[in-house]
Amino acid sequence: MFNLPAKFIGTLAAAAMGASLAMSPASAADDTIKVGILHSLSGTMAISETTLKDTMLFLIDEQNKKGGVLGKKLEAVVVDPASDWPLFAEKARQLIEQDKVAAVFGCWTSSSRKSVLPVFEELNSMLFYPVQYEGEESSRNVFYTGAAPNQQAIPAVDYLAKEEGVERWVLAGTDYVYPQTTNKILKAYLNAKGVKDEDIMINYTPFGQSDWQTIVSDIKKFGSTGKKTAVVSTINGDANVPFYKELANQGIKAEDIPVVAFSVGEEELAGLDTKPLVGHLAAWNYFQSVDADANAEFIKEWHAYTKNDKRVTNDPMEATYIGFNMWVKAVEAAGTTDSNAVIDSIVGTSVPNLSGGYATMMPNHHITKPVLIGEVQDDGQFDIVYQTPGLVVGDEWSDYLPGSKDLISDWRKPMSCGNFNIVSGKCGGVTN
Amino acid sequence: MRLNRLLSVFILMLGFCCHIAQSNAQTVDDATLRPLVQALAGDNFENTTKAISDLVKTGDPRVSKILDALSAGDLYVAKADKTVFLGKRDGSDYAATDALTGAKLDPVPRSAAEKIKVNNRLRRDIAAAIGGLTLMSDNIAERRSAAEAILKTRDPESIPLLDQAIAVEKDAGVKALMQQAKAAAVLNSDAADDVKIAAITEVSAGNSRAALGLLTPLENVQGPVGEAAKAAIDSINTKLAFWNAIQNVVYGLSLGSVLLLAAIGLAITFGVMGVINMAHGEMVMIGAYTTFVVQQIIRTSAPGLFDYSLLIALPAAFLVSGGIGVVIERGIIRFLYGRPLETLLATWGISLVLQQAIRSWFGASNVQVGNPSWMAGSFDLGLLTLTWSRLWIIVFALSVFAILQLVLKKTMLGLRMRAVTQNRRMASSMGIRTPWVDALTFGLGSGIAGIAGVALSQIDNVSPNLGQGYIIDSFMVVVFGGVGNLWGTLVGAMSLGIANKFLEPFAGAVLGKIVVLVLIILFIQKRPRGLFALKGRAIEA
Repeated sequence: MFNLPAKFIGTLAAAAMGASLAMSPASAADDTIKVGILHSLSGTMAISETTLKDTMLFLIDEQNKKGGVLGKKLEAVVVDPASDWPLFAEKARQLIEQDKVAAVFGCWTSSSRKSVLPVFEELNSMLFYPVQYEGEESSRNVFYTGAAPNQQAIPAVDYLAKEEGVERWVLAGTDYVYPQTTNKILKAYLNAKGVKDEDIMINYTPFGQSDWQTIVSDIKKFGSTGKKTAVVSTINGDANVPFYKELANQGIKAEDIPVVAFSVGEEELAGLDTKPLVGHLAAWNYFQSVDADANAEFIKEWHAYTKNDKRVTNDPMEATYIGFNMWVKAVEAAGTTDSNAVIDSIVGTSVPNLSGGYATMMPNHHITKPVLIGEVQDDGQFDIVYQTPGLVVGDEWSDYLPGSKDLISDWRKPMSCGNFNIVSGKCGGVTN
Repeated sequence: MRLNRLLSVFILMLGFCCHIAQSNAQTVDDATLRPLVQALAGDNFENTTKAISDLVKTGDPRVSKILDALSAGDLYVAKADKTVFLGKRDGSDYAATDALTGAKLDPVPRSAAEKIKVNNRLRRDIAAAIGGLTLMSDNIAERRSAAEAILKTRDPESIPLLDQAIAVEKDAGVKALMQQAKAAAVLNSDAADDVKIAAITEVSAGNSRAALGLLTPLENVQGPVGEAAKAAIDSINTKLAFWNAIQNVVYGLSLGSVLLLAAIGLAITFGVMGVINMAHGEMVMIGAYTTFVVQQIIRTSAPGLFDYSLLIALPAAFLVSGGIGVVIERGIIRFLYGRPLETLLATWGISLVLQQAIRSWFGASNVQVGNPSWMAGSFDLGLLTLTWSRLWIIVFALSVFAILQLVLKKTMLGLRMRAVTQNRRMASSMGIRTPWVDALTFGLGSGIAGIAGVALSQIDNVSPNLGQGYIIDSFMVVVFGGVGNLWGTLVGAMSLGIANKFLEPFAGAVLGKIVVLVLIILFIQKRPRGLFALKGRAIEA
């Protein structure tokens, strides 16, 4: 980090010797394994990411009660990248180079993940990313424990088409990379299923959109042609509240035009009066209402840890839980926290998820998940109305996009490639 | 779908026979009905759908109440003995009543019971079922929703039943709705051409947007029906285009009034005093949080007052935001008059401090501010859907504007404010205590921002970031309208709102905003002082 002239080094060495006495408690810290937590605690994303920081502290606390990892206690290093994408990269570098963390758990937005990706590849560290995302990426150093589009968006569309008989689709999203890529995939998927272009309406809005009058009335118009219509929403975070309020106020009920959302979970509903929203849907891989012993146990301990029995749990929390446990298991299997060894040992690792099944890390660094569709209830929870019969493997390169359908990713040796083109037989095929 | 069709036929026939035999309504004894109710707790939606149709077939008058409860999610099944009961949440228990008899049962712990699952499709089926059962009901609201349900299902089998209902219907509105439903059903049947053409005329007289949905499939039919449908569609489209323009204006006024509310406080602190106040958005945010606190207090101590919560929150928000404004002015801004760059940085710092303070205090998540009943819902004006909350905000924004004008033009405080801002030294020589006027003016601007927060809490989400979304728009409105002129702010806000709404359908929300921004930049190049420039020699001072 510092390129100091040689004459300083001598002084520094002396200073360091003098300081070594004072630093002796630090040698005690060598008996701990450091884990980095890279979530925004201030700025716009704090609303979502603060909970994940708390989740990590909770998981580390639980693990230490069980005796830690490899006989050492875990020590959390929390930094605040303040919802500022370039700052994510700086903080990631600081965690790896200065704090010497064994692995980092963090990021929420795709922009932040793209910002830290080169840092993790350059310094050969590990990032566990717990949020659903648009896919089209695979890195040797990143483990994607959230859903890829085929683990969330496509099953949701299938459910609406089959169960609700939807024929006309509104794809509404916030104007950034996740909704745009997801909608591109969905449009290609719907077209492949025979839905015509005139039955698909795509609409983008800026971040934090608060005036939804025109758009909601457009949706109403689009849905009044006699064909059953549904809205597939990739609207991000804060803009959802006014959107749902406007829907409710203009009298659009879930029975008429259901909205299925990919970014609305228990945490987001906490700021809403959900009575007018009953019946609108969300697709996730976990809901707090999942009826499983593992989930009941997790919620109980979470409430005890936070000393607040109103704290909700949500999908990214489960993804964090799975990612953390996978890392612990892989470290124990490798017998070391060295990145190369853990990266090799983690593929194939299975740990329990919270819905009563198992999640396995696949060679493409994505995991297996069940897909759940839930309807909003008047208490702000979701009632699960559909669950995929088996587990779905995360598909990093979408099969429905022309540029990426020939690509696969397999980080096992000897292939060890994130974008292998099965047509040309070469690593480094067309990306994006 | 086939099942649904069958189901609604049964329901309608049932409604029919119930009407005929109303005096001795068919009741089935509990022993036959109970297993059918039990069957509602099926393993999957198919089974529940079947159970619903079985229940409806019995024709028992209690069925509609049970289905209502199922639709509302009040029907539970005990895990142990699988009995179905009506539950109401009561602490960690469900207060249980028998689904059939309504007799009180022992409370069931929440962990020992499971809600019977319903999804949108089931709810639709149930609404149609209850609709069919109640077409002849004594209650006008029930008859109306029955007709609406048939308008949605468009089931040809319901035509004879509708004929009967129309014959005895007294209420004109419900009768018209029934006729609409009948016409819709006729269009969906294989009736003769002349009957269908009459139905087309009937349908196109009603709600045009729904009619478009009914008529579009007929457009390509050969022969007179297709031609009639085409003609009707054309006339409806002309009508819709007209209403679309009106809708854009109304939505534009509504967006404009939100902009006006957000900007009007800034029009005082920035426009009149010349302070570049980056913390203005946070004053709005604090007003919204005050509303939240007021509602929390009302919820816990006086739930009956909830409908008045906003009226109570208004003065509270004014005082809280205004008070904080005075403190900021006295504590920081007064040392920075005449140094715009420092003021900008200092107030920006204040805005970050306030945001993080609220975040630490209330948490980073959104808090829930409820809509009082008089602000929820919407009504139709012609082909326009107007929501009450938006309408009230237009009214509210204009009244705040009017009151502010009165304060500035007709009160002593207003006179002093204008005097100080126009010529500080002369005002001071006349014995006006200018520092106090400064503090009060800044407090007034901040207080107005707080009031805006009360209104915005009704349409936006209340989070620590609330203010950030409005600060840029507010400056845009004030600069566009002309610094130092309240009328400019009004006209600026309304024209920006309407321009935005006319651009949105063509350009999309994202591009629309960019176009508006570019237009403003060009406008400011041409007229740097905005729409309504103040004239006079004191301006440059």
